[in-house]
Amino acid sequence: MSNNLRFKTSKFIDETYRVSFKFNNKKYFGFKGDTLASALLANGVHLLGRSFKYHRPRGIMTSGSEEPNAIIQLHDNSSRTEPNVRATEVEIYEGLVASSQNCWPSVNFDVGGINNLLSPILPAGFYYKTFMWPASFWEKYEYFIRKSAGLGKSPKVADPDIYEHNYIHCDVLVIGAGISGIMAAKMAAKNGFKTLLVDEKSHLGGSSIYDNSEFSKINNQITSSWLEKEINEISKLKNLEIKTRTSVAAFHGYNFLLARENLTDHLPINQRENKVRQRLLKIRAKKVITATGSIERPLIFNNNDRPGILLSSSIKKYIDLYGVACGENIILFTNNDTAYETAMSLIQRGIKINAIIDNREQIDSKISYEVEKNNVKIYKAYTVVDTYGYKRINKISIMKLSKDGQTVIGDKTKLNCDCLGISGGWTPAVHLFTQSGGKLKFREEDQVFIPDVYPSDQISIGSCNGDFSLEEIIKNTLFSIKKFLNIENSEYKTIEIVSGLNLSKRNIWLLPSDKPIGKTKSFVDYQNDATSKDIKLALREGFRSIEHVKRYTTTGMGTDQGKLGNMHALGIISETAGTKMGEHGTTTFRPPYTPLTFGTIVGRNVGEFFDIFRRTPIHDWHVENNAKFENVGQWKRAWYYPKNNENMHQAVQRESKSARDSAGILDASTLGKIDIQGTDSSEFLNRVYTNAWSKLAVGKCRYGLMLNEDGMVYDDGVTTRLGENHYLMTTTTGGAANVLGKLEDYLQTEWPELDVYLSSVTDHYATISVCGPNSKKIVSKVIPDLDLSDERFPHMSFKNAKINNIKCRVMRISFTGEHSYEINIQANYGKSVWEKCMKAGKDFNITPYGTETMHLLRAEKGFIIVGQDTDATMTPIDLQMDWIVSKKKFDFIGKRSLYRSDTIREDRKQLVGLLTENPKEILEEGAQIVADVKKSPVEMLGHVTSSYYSPNLKKSIALGVVKGGKNMLGQKLIIPMEDKNINVIVADPVFFDKEGERLNAKL
Amino acid sequence: MFLINCPFCGEREQSEFKAGGEAHIIRPKQPTELSDDEWAEYLFMRKNIKGVQFERWNHVHGCRKWFNMIRDTSNDQIKAIYKMGEKPPVK
Ligand SMILES: [Zn+2]
Repeated sequence: MSNNLRFKTSKFIDETYRVSFKFNNKKYFGFKGDTLASALLANGVHLLGRSFKYHRPRGIMTSGSEEPNAIIQLHDNSSRTEPNVRATEVEIYEGLVASSQNCWPSVNFDVGGINNLLSPILPAGFYYKTFMWPASFWEKYEYFIRKSAGLGKSPKVADPDIYEHNYIHCDVLVIGAGISGIMAAKMAAKNGFKTLLVDEKSHLGGSSIYDNSEFSKINNQITSSWLEKEINEISKLKNLEIKTRTSVAAFHGYNFLLARENLTDHLPINQRENKVRQRLLKIRAKKVITATGSIERPLIFNNNDRPGILLSSSIKKYIDLYGVACGENIILFTNNDTAYETAMSLIQRGIKINAIIDNREQIDSKISYEVEKNNVKIYKAYTVVDTYGYKRINKISIMKLSKDGQTVIGDKTKLNCDCLGISGGWTPAVHLFTQSGGKLKFREEDQVFIPDVYPSDQISIGSCNGDFSLEEIIKNTLFSIKKFLNIENSEYKTIEIVSGLNLSKRNIWLLPSDKPIGKTKSFVDYQNDATSKDIKLALREGFRSIEHVKRYTTTGMGTDQGKLGNMHALGIISETAGTKMGEHGTTTFRPPYTPLTFGTIVGRNVGEFFDIFRRTPIHDWHVENNAKFENVGQWKRAWYYPKNNENMHQAVQRESKSARDSAGILDASTLGKIDIQGTDSSEFLNRVYTNAWSKLAVGKCRYGLMLNEDGMVYDDGVTTRLGENHYLMTTTTGGAANVLGKLEDYLQTEWPELDVYLSSVTDHYATISVCGPNSKKIVSKVIPDLDLSDERFPHMSFKNAKINNIKCRVMRISFTGEHSYEINIQANYGKSVWEKCMKAGKDFNITPYGTETMHLLRAEKGFIIVGQDTDATMTPIDLQMDWIVSKKKFDFIGKRSLYRSDTIREDRKQLVGLLTENPKEILEEGAQIVADVKKSPVEMLGHVTSSYYSPNLKKSIALGVVKGGKNMLGQKLIIPMEDKNINVIVADPVFFDKEGERLNAKL
Repeated sequence: MFLINCPFCGEREQSEFKAGGEAHIIRPKQPTELSDDEWAEYLFMRKNIKGVQFERWNHVHGCRKWFNMIRDTSNDQIKAIYKMGEKPPVK
């Protein structure tokens, strides 16, 4: 490989600063300012990877974020490894390590390349069609497909980098710092708008900043010099913030945009410690100016994907900005004047141009004459019909185009080259505009989609708006920005522009070849290996909508979202189907514009902040006492407390027995608590619960069931009347926020006349429940002043009390069926009162129990858990809880629904108890319940909702919902399991202490 | 993402709000006097318009107040915001 690929560079490359890096285990050198792509090209490396489906060798094709081929794995085998990174966007630094992906065992010899030979049998939709049959073979196919498909490797260890999110508010956001973006930012900032200018590159100025051509001048200066002065000027503006290496990922409605700011990716790894790597900017802009430029179109011809084939504008950028020649014998292939600018840049440095192949018959511009003067052979009205060279292009063959451009004529000529620059004109980068909801229109004369209807206060300027000549860009930018910002004075009084280009173009979406289309491979989507043949096949098979063709052929579905070839796909579709461009619609460009790392998306919400959890005030005690925890909503709740290597079953059996034999203690602080005040509180409760509340005396508690308006059980809990106009409602742990929301909704929107105020007090109180035959003795030791006599403090009542002068509320309520007390105290005293109870209960073997034992104890009593024994299809009648539904009340939420034709059906699923024939057999929760296993198909009657082994009854007990279960008492049913059928008897759901004697027993 | 002008707090991010379905559906005063069909009409039937729609919104992570919004669902433009109990300012 020749050594003189590096030429005199621009000010963006620091030739005094040599940087070493590794690619595919080989060491290379580049300069500070190089991208990985420019540095590899300077070393003569074009082959970077293999294509997705056919594993064809692929090289660098572009010089920016639109790159489809040169996607690599960064830092393989390190915690910073990142797949699918575009080599054209990676700025090199000392120690960078990168490798090819999608190839095995190496990029030079890839086994998957066999797919290329097999390609005649791998057409569009191949996977869908072939591997569907026989179904049993899918497992085998899948193994091979998975192994040979997929791009890159995901990291296996935690990301060591720091990411964050920032909110930015500005008057004007300018996206893209090319010539029009710079002008717009200056005009906005100088006219008093707080302006933010962002650009994805590390430098400002876009492609004009390295445009040193004599053919286009602004105010008699070459473009790059004029622009440099402009940049110099705006960098001093107070009103303007400039962010480089910042790529806008999404443009949402109401001018809300997301951008990724890259802060450390260009630094050597050892300089990144403790620095934020990437920032997700959440930008709210009053006005948005989109100046995202345009992307050069490739040309679609046979074998247009070989390494060494690049966009012509990229060849220009590599030589002008990085000082790198992409080859030593270059051919340019074009349908417009762009390639001639590239030619001039190459000619100036003495790089050989073997030929220019131009689709056009007439070429009439100053720059083309200048190129011709330099003895470059121009083939007019010619096209490339094939290319040669496996890992690097070495030859092309060309033929003359017919008048209509649909066929080739005459003889075939072969030309040697080591690099082919292609230009099919320009496509405005309207991705962000369409993301924001903007509507496009199609401009016939140069076959481009441009912005038409703006959905918010925004504007597109420059080439993303379809202005391609320097005159148009500058003139229209000035005009549009003045109007858009409603400003009089322009910073630009007189601007004189000279340009040597003209805009003529001969657009042929799919260039003809001497071979039949079935024998060609003209790639439309390089990354996904979708060819023109695939698109035509999809149309033959009846696909018409562009969205369907896209999915069938996978065109535009790669990580690059088909930035290069989508327009050609549309063009080929409309040519083949004989319709007008635009009639098929365009595909939708979805955020993000370029892929985001997961780190950027989650920001600081990682580790313990990923999904924050709530701890009760007594949490630390549970931890110190070996509790295992269970997640309930966002809460961490003590699940059980194993002793001496007990397993869960053993611990729960012990806890359950102690609670009934002597005393148990439960942290119930997670129950939702809503403080209700106001003169209409009683009436309000009457309307939201199914039972009557008007007659509940002050100091009494009552259990309530809350329905949705459709009659289904929504939540339950005990509410205490603390005063004449003051209640404390408890809700389920998981339902607290929703219940509060629902109650607020009714108060504000349906019953605004009610004088009721709701406040969530869940976090304000710790709730400690002490239960069991010895609970009274324990509580009397903790609160000696409190009269616990059954006459003065009966079941379902409440007392104010004090512990060491601290006010607390004590309720005598029970979820276990045992005599029990609930102490509610200001949260910060929770742990100390818990410890007091433990100390007071020591002689009574007081046993802390968790949620599992609580569930077991309540199941023994047949108490439901909303959400476990109910789903959103159970009415109180289905739950056999008719007793709680008031017949007298005029109305309550859900009342009318309880006698709809559907809710009064007898064969609804109803809650029943289930007892296994073998008392040792424990059912699985969720198991199906049937009556007849021989019936085909087996009729599913319901399922098991709760199941435990009861240590107090010494048998297995379960609750379940069964169709018509209410009338099945004593009937035998079957629980079919994988290995056996379990016989069960339908029973009353209350298994233990049916008469409630324990609650009222004299202690 | 919308910017929503809460009638009690002012302009806030959409993420602070929760949508609450169609507005101006009044809960019947005497549900027990309705037929199954009439009750079902209130309970289940919603318009779900592409175009100008009257909606309920709740500033759930703010003042917790409910209010009404007139929104064009085809382009997400908010035409008006007004308090509960008030008449729509536009048709
Ligand atoms: Zn508010």
